[in-house]
Amino acid sequence: MKNFKKNIALLAALACAGTMLAGCTSDKPAEGGDTPAAEGGDTTTAAADGGADAGADTGAADAADEGKVLKICGWNTEFQGLFETYYAGTSETPYAKAPGLPEGVTAEFIITANEGNAYQNKLDQDLEAQAGKSGDDLIDMFLFEADYALKYVNSDYTMDVKELGLTDADLAEMYQYTKDICTDSNGALKGVSWQATPGLFAYRRSIAKDVLGSDDPATVQEAVKDWDAFNATAAAAKDKGYYMLSGYDDAYRTFSNNVSAPWVNDQNQIVIDDNLWKWVDQTKEFTDKGYNEKTSLWSDGWSAGQSADGKVFGYFYSTWGINFTLKGNAGDAGFGDWGVCEGPQNYYWGGSWIAAAKGTDNKALVADVMKWMTCNGETMTQITNDTQDYTNNAAAMNALASSDFKSDFLGGQNHIALFAESAPKIDMSNISGYDQGLNESFQAAFKDYFDGTVDKDTALQNFYTAVSEKYPELTAAE
Amino acid sequence: MAAPLSRRKSISYSKWGYFFIAPFFIIYAIFSLIPLIDTFKNSFFEYYYSQLKWTGPNFVGFDNYKMVLSGDLMKYFGNTFIIWIIGFIPQIVVSLALASWFTDLRLKLKATGFFKVVIYLPNVIMAAAISMLFYSIFSEYAIGPINSILLNAGAITEPYKFFSYTTSTRLIIAGINFLMWYGNTTIMLMAAIMGVDTSLYESAQIDGANPTQTFWKITIPLIRPILLYVLVTSLIGGIQMFDIPSVITNAKGAPNRTTMTVVMYLNNYLTTGKNYGMAGAVSVILFIVAAVLSLLVFYLMRDKDAPKKKLKKKKGANLL
Repeated sequence: MKNFKKNIALLAALACAGTMLAGCTSDKPAEGGDTPAAEGGDTTTAAADGGADAGADTGAADAADEGKVLKICGWNTEFQGLFETYYAGTSETPYAKAPGLPEGVTAEFIITANEGNAYQNKLDQDLEAQAGKSGDDLIDMFLFEADYALKYVNSDYTMDVKELGLTDADLAEMYQYTKDICTDSNGALKGVSWQATPGLFAYRRSIAKDVLGSDDPATVQEAVKDWDAFNATAAAAKDKGYYMLSGYDDAYRTFSNNVSAPWVNDQNQIVIDDNLWKWVDQTKEFTDKGYNEKTSLWSDGWSAGQSADGKVFGYFYSTWGINFTLKGNAGDAGFGDWGVCEGPQNYYWGGSWIAAAKGTDNKALVADVMKWMTCNGETMTQITNDTQDYTNNAAAMNALASSDFKSDFLGGQNHIALFAESAPKIDMSNISGYDQGLNESFQAAFKDYFDGTVDKDTALQNFYTAVSEKYPELTAAE
Repeated sequence: MAAPLSRRKSISYSKWGYFFIAPFFIIYAIFSLIPLIDTFKNSFFEYYYSQLKWTGPNFVGFDNYKMVLSGDLMKYFGNTFIIWIIGFIPQIVVSLALASWFTDLRLKLKATGFFKVVIYLPNVIMAAAISMLFYSIFSEYAIGPINSILLNAGAITEPYKFFSYTTSTRLIIAGINFLMWYGNTTIMLMAAIMGVDTSLYESAQIDGANPTQTFWKITIPLIRPILLYVLVTSLIGGIQMFDIPSVITNAKGAPNRTTMTVVMYLNNYLTTGKNYGMAGAVSVILFIVAAVLSLLVFYLMRDKDAPKKKLKKKKGANLL
């Protein structure tokens, strides 16, 4: 008995010590280790092996005096997948021409989930600590989204891509808006993207047939060409027992991308654009009339609406959403049952840019990755052919748009043609560095209003309260 | 020559005592005292981080406090207190009932060890995990088991959005708190009841007291110190309530910020803005409130005979 107690005590002590050590490592987990998924803040690290068997030379990358670890920060594995297939050649089905990483160099991805600014918060901390680090601990590249691009672009943490060796000729075929968004106040380009993200309205063909009598993109486009037509179609869908949209946030981007001024003016005041109020009023109307399923973006119910037994007419989705998210949610049963049309208003959603982190010890390699992944028309045509995603190369995309390219998932439609038409029209002039934080707070505050728990003024007040906690320097405009 | 010898005679071992308690004080100073002083200091400064730039620290006097107190802080204290009390009342009632049944000599319950383990189990699970579990159980979409049971039973016609209404959200949070802590309280109260001399119960029974009378007249008065302890620890834990409402409402305190507890509010200042000034001010206020509440509870539940006894002693000393 005594021995038993002793053993128990020893075990307990070991367990305590174990948790203490685990606590130490959770900040920067060991390679391949998982930390328990905390809400909105899980961090995992995965390592891609050096391209030992890829063989090919990287050419520009002079590996001799460069670091041995290429450290890349992101918020999901989208770029990691592309990188491993089209650059490192370490994925299961690598691109035949993938150049591979230089001998002895490994790529390490640090992935932090995006919600609640978790990715930005962690990245900010890491970038701030960058000065005190050296060699392989340095972050070499990181990804960011349009919603907060300006924050990094206007900081000293990103490097001018020209300084890395990218030329105007390299950048010529990129869509202008993808460059505008990453140009700092001095005119230096700080980040590049392999994708352009024009948005479309993705609809379920079977429901469109039932409601409109046809699933032809032209017919559907006619039925949703402006907001009046959209509302009329919503009423028709409701009569047939369908929901026009899934939830509150679905149409948000189409309104918020067509604002007349940035979220924050030059006096650090928050300006709520009339277009955002239109979103509030329309969403309230849709909710009260039962045109939507009352879900929130990314929630289980929202995803379920895209599955085989969903009753939602359509979703506003941009490029990546159609081939990355919708396709996954639709599953085999929904394959071929979706179509796309332009929708009532031009908009964009998301998009990822890559930037070189200041202090990187892999400058040549980073420049080579940028050139290969974002400037090379051949790579990008290949990416589009393989993934159906829309890439940031006007010449390559226009060629595909006029070809017989088609998506089986979208019932044989050439969605690239629709994207190619709307991509040059994207206007990124009204973004601010606060967009993600303010958009999230605005949607969260008005969810209560749509649910009917508060009135409009209270929701607005809650929005300002939440913002004052996030950004103390901002005030409400009079 | 004689002096050193005599000094050696009066050698004291008390310094070893100080050596042994030193680790606690050193660790306390580094990990608690210095941060505490820092928090007080920060609360008087404008000091935050936004758009990759630090602002401050600039001394602003009591501005942070003015801003916090003119805001919704009282509402968040109210939220915290309401959620705590609707969890605590059933917790103490159920725990008292269970503790007295488990210790009752005449009931002779079987397998009490098993039940004790079972009721304690929820406390072993991480609060965040149990919150996620409840979030999916009460999920607003037909996926959630509660909603699908209610729908199938015909009690409702469309899924009830539990997390869109103040009352249901608060009840769920309080319910989780109750579930997690009643086992712990039961074990503690059992220990307290078992410390009561059994002869008191026996003589009361001989005098014709029924179980209700022995419970109210013997058990409750004699376990009062432990009840006080349970109340104080639960109150202090309640004021610091954070993980369950934060996970359940995704840190939003939805709906209408009615499940926003004080610590969630404090955390809001730290997640995006790293606003050490305002967060410091909220922390200091929270510290003061917790201290005052603890002192108040101690005062109310103190042994009322103690001061009199002391007084008598003093008088006696004077007479002598």
